[in-house]
Amino acid sequence: MIPLAFDYARPDTLDDAIALLAEKGEDASVLAGGHSLIPVMKVRLGAPEFLIDIGRLSELSYITLDEAAGEVAVGAGTKHREVVDSELLAAEVPLLPAVARTVGDPQIRARGTLGGTLAHADPAADLPAAALALDATVVLRGPRGKRNVPIGEFYTGVFSTVREPDELIVEVRFPRCGDSGWAYEKFTRRSNDWAIVAVAVSDDRIGLVNMGSTPLRATATEQALAGGASIAEAAALAAEGTEPPTDTHGTPAYRTHLVQVLTRRALETAHGQR
Amino acid sequence: MKVEITVNGERTSADVEPRQLLAHYVRDTVGLKATNIGCDTTSCGACTVLLDGEAVKSCTVLSVQADQQSVTTMEGLDGAADGRPEHPVTKAFHAEHGLQCGFCTPGMVMSAVSLISHDDDLDERKVREGLEGNLCRCTGYHNIVRAVLVAAGKDPDAEQRAEAESDALRTAPGFSRGSSPTHPEAGA
Amino acid sequence: MSILGTRVVRTEDPVFLTRGATYTDDLTDERLTGALHLTLVRSPLAHATISSIDTSAALDSPGVVAVVTGADLDIAPALLFPGANKAMTRPFLATDRVRFVGEPVAAVLTEEFYQGEDAAELVDVEYEPLPVVIDPLAAAADETLLFPEAGTNTAAAYGYDSEPDANFFDGCEVVVTRDLVNQRLAAAPLETRAASAFWEGDHLTLYMSNQNAQGGRDEVAGWLGLDKDKIRVILPDVGGGFGAKIGSDPEFALVAWLARAQGRPVRWNESRSENMTGMVQGRAQRQTVTIGGTREGKVTHYRLDVVQDLGAYPRLGTFLPMFTRMMAPGTYDIANVDSRARAVVTNTTSIAAYRGAGRPEATAAIERAMDLFAAEIGKDPAEVRRLNVVAPEKFPFQTKGGVEYDSGEYAKALDLALTEAGYERLRAEQKARRERGDVRQLGIGVSTYVEITGGGAFAEDASVQVHPDGTVTVLTGTSPHGQGHATAWAMLASEQLGIGMDKITVKHGDTDLVPRGGGTMGSRSLQTGGVAVHQASGQLVDLAKQRAADLLEASVDDLELDPVNAAITVAGVPGKSVTLAELAAREELKVDTTWDGQKPTFPFGAHVCVVEVDTESGKVTVERIVAVDDAGPILNPLLCDGQRHGGIAQGIAQALLEEVLYDEEGQPLTGTFADYGIPSAAELPSFDLVEMTTPTPVNPMGYKGIGEAGTIGSTPATQSAVIDALSHLGITHIDMPLTPLRVWEAIQEASK
Repeated sequence: MIPLAFDYARPDTLDDAIALLAEKGEDASVLAGGHSLIPVMKVRLGAPEFLIDIGRLSELSYITLDEAAGEVAVGAGTKHREVVDSELLAAEVPLLPAVARTVGDPQIRARGTLGGTLAHADPAADLPAAALALDATVVLRGPRGKRNVPIGEFYTGVFSTVREPDELIVEVRFPRCGDSGWAYEKFTRRSNDWAIVAVAVSDDRIGLVNMGSTPLRATATEQALAGGASIAEAAALAAEGTEPPTDTHGTPAYRTHLVQVLTRRALETAHGQR
Repeated sequence: MKVEITVNGERTSADVEPRQLLAHYVRDTVGLKATNIGCDTTSCGACTVLLDGEAVKSCTVLSVQADQQSVTTMEGLDGAADGRPEHPVTKAFHAEHGLQCGFCTPGMVMSAVSLISHDDDLDERKVREGLEGNLCRCTGYHNIVRAVLVAAGKDPDAEQRAEAESDALRTAPGFSRGSSPTHPEAGA
Repeated sequence: MSILGTRVVRTEDPVFLTRGATYTDDLTDERLTGALHLTLVRSPLAHATISSIDTSAALDSPGVVAVVTGADLDIAPALLFPGANKAMTRPFLATDRVRFVGEPVAAVLTEEFYQGEDAAELVDVEYEPLPVVIDPLAAAADETLLFPEAGTNTAAAYGYDSEPDANFFDGCEVVVTRDLVNQRLAAAPLETRAASAFWEGDHLTLYMSNQNAQGGRDEVAGWLGLDKDKIRVILPDVGGGFGAKIGSDPEFALVAWLARAQGRPVRWNESRSENMTGMVQGRAQRQTVTIGGTREGKVTHYRLDVVQDLGAYPRLGTFLPMFTRMMAPGTYDIANVDSRARAVVTNTTSIAAYRGAGRPEATAAIERAMDLFAAEIGKDPAEVRRLNVVAPEKFPFQTKGGVEYDSGEYAKALDLALTEAGYERLRAEQKARRERGDVRQLGIGVSTYVEITGGGAFAEDASVQVHPDGTVTVLTGTSPHGQGHATAWAMLASEQLGIGMDKITVKHGDTDLVPRGGGTMGSRSLQTGGVAVHQASGQLVDLAKQRAADLLEASVDDLELDPVNAAITVAGVPGKSVTLAELAAREELKVDTTWDGQKPTFPFGAHVCVVEVDTESGKVTVERIVAVDDAGPILNPLLCDGQRHGGIAQGIAQALLEEVLYDEEGQPLTGTFADYGIPSAAELPSFDLVEMTTPTPVNPMGYKGIGEAGTIGSTPATQSAVIDALSHLGITHIDMPLTPLRVWEAIQEASK
């Protein structure tokens, strides 16, 4: 199992990478950690003609506090392992390292990047739903310059986002968290499997994994909570507006049930931290 | 494309296809055959090597991505060149019977090396979770977990002893070692 | 102190832990230099006729030397299991019809292996789809036939010569019946299949990843129409087998044929994705159990009906129901036992042996039946077992399965396991959780088992030779692939010869060195090959005494082995001795022997599994497993425990995680390690092993087999534990694997 042949370049700077991406257009794919892209290429479900490797751009690898904006800025090339180990994130955006710790396995976390997993847009991935719960902002750069996209407007479908083919995710910004607690409830068969369903909670914002074609917010639950409903009452609404998939691990009915259980548990944990 | 990769401390270079997987660079271009390939889906971890010190699955890294970087395989561990498992991890795998058919072993060992380097206070649970990226079909992991604890300087029987001494309901057994003697010729 | 029974670390390991083992794909044999790489084009459909194969585009692809189709082959399709329906032969490359996804259709040979996959994609095969039959019960109805010329999908039937007795259960106070699924599993050794071949004139050397060089040689010889003397099969290190590497694969013969046709060496190493459809799989039985007895708990009647799924081409799977029927009554003394089985072909991957091979299926059935019976009469499942197991004074025990159990203390094993687990306290904890309505319920599963090891191949050769330099070579017909025979057989020789293990080399898996051998399978090795090494070593000492008698001018009866110096000495006369090495310098000092136990042995045991079931989500966590496995005296507890650990893990995996699945069109849904649920360390606990030793009278060492025991005992214990956790909801059965989805659905169903 090896990929079809392709050409490869590893630009030295972000500017060069963006220029090259503009030049190659839709024939090119961006390679960061490669742990979503290379497996797809090995089974030949994907066959880009050109890979632009941004995996070693130090410009994209950082975690910094922007005091003025009240946000933590994370470079798109930051690896999951670095997110897990970040003391700054543990203090300011604690959900994020907790979720990153559950991505894949240690070897995958050593290669996979935050920007990569957000861009790949797998509805079963952990971090996109966490980004929803954290009300993150995705910073894109392309030949037309920079733009900021709220995470809630970023996803358009399975494996698809508003990112243009000539744009790169360069940064993800996370508001500093309040004190209403956080939790991640991930339900898997084996510890390193994709989530059958998972629920991320931060400041009573709730992100759902694998409950539809994109990561989703549990809007009905959030509204009920805001309206004074109990956790149990609110969690019972967690599946509203979702379209859970069918596979060998779960039916829609099972996922609909699970998401309520996991939402209740996540909220109980989060509220227990208050 | 020309790549230069330091493998077990030796500079190597070759002209490779961009699609070449690092696992094949190590096995076929350099000729170090310990690293094995057990699956196509980044699942089994048999191909785990250290890339600039971090455990990675070399079937999911392109050789070109590792250009100008440094790879360590099991052949690069202490004593390996002389055929002696003298690294704390290989030594413990030998003493604790942490391998049977040996196919997962090079990857398992490199994952363990990385795991120990990241955590100086391992316990059984952490070892089990830390090895989640490596599949073994022979050992049931029991002796692998023991070996990693021993390599990390922990007493692999500590949890069992604590449980045996406590009056709590024993739902987790820790490790059983049996009562059979170790023979003087047992080695290691 | 005797070395036998001690924890000797493996002599194999220093190499395995430094430069790594040498598997087939690692070979650097110079005679393989310039080998062509084989890539197989495999059928994407489960059942279809082939209307055309166009190889022209592939032939133009870079590095392609040849593209071979079935029409090019001059080897006849083979019947892969002799006892199966004679019409159910498999071609080495499909010609007119494909019968499962993954069946080889064309062979692409390239200079470099990266080129093979590119070219294979360009082979254009046109298929006409045929109706697909996946379900073995549907296949048994013969509506869709895989082999129209056979006129049936049934490849073999056992016990179908007469009608079952309709009044069999008459007189039973209680009768319970239930359909069970013993699901299809992938053996999934970490090393996939691999072979390489080269010819020197009309002589073939074939390297392959396998459990038996000699058997593999014979099959390849038969398929290719070669004299056995013209084939040397060598097994390099083998990365796990678990039964799926018993017998040659058709692909191995194809590799050899292609090497001859091309006049160049050929190498083949399949990918995991190919392996998950191409390599034989295991289990795959549908069972119906019916159990009857008294309200007090005495089981008097048991009936087992089996439909064995064979996959598309009958292989060793055809044999599995024979073992299942043989072991149907398990550890129990049941007066009336009835069973029958039929084996049918389906449009799926072929079924063969997987760790236990027919015995786990028998055990799962009777153990489930015992639980159902206990639930029906409202008694504790452990108590019902104790009431029904064969009493120790009844051994040797002639069973209704038609075999003679050699030795056993089944109730003792059960009690040891229950005591170690703290059964009464666990039941109290379970009760407390039920009373407080805990979301996390506790379940306790109990199994007893007896299995047959060394079944069918009781004899094994061994050769022991002492060299003039004092070193020893042991040749064995067993074929380890992780079990550690190099260490264990050296212990046996060392004990007899007084020569240190560091001077003893064990060789195996090469038909030139060891022309006869049964390989390693069915937990046979120690009680056959190990005992043969023991016997050969003893005979070598006898031979040395005879030779020494003249030299030392003493009667043979006055001679003894000095184990410290590996010398023959005259008893009571210090200094009058000659070393084995000195004797070897005068004349070859070597013994070839055959040990034939003539009978199988019957290891047994009891397992207790404790699980926690999250009743809201259906998730099961194994908290504890206690295993009593009695295989007689233990040669090396380190190796023995390792076998038990691995077996237990695979057994738990069957109960909770693993199942090979197909959709209705026969497309595999679990074709990679991402989808197929092999557990990692994080899903398993450590294992609690309890020792018990009941020797067999079948061989002088008292040894029985241990390789499969863990798998056989742990599966039903784990399955029962989950069901036990939910029994207060009225749940009496859930089919394996007990995935969160299945468990949740069962809870939903029960609460309706």
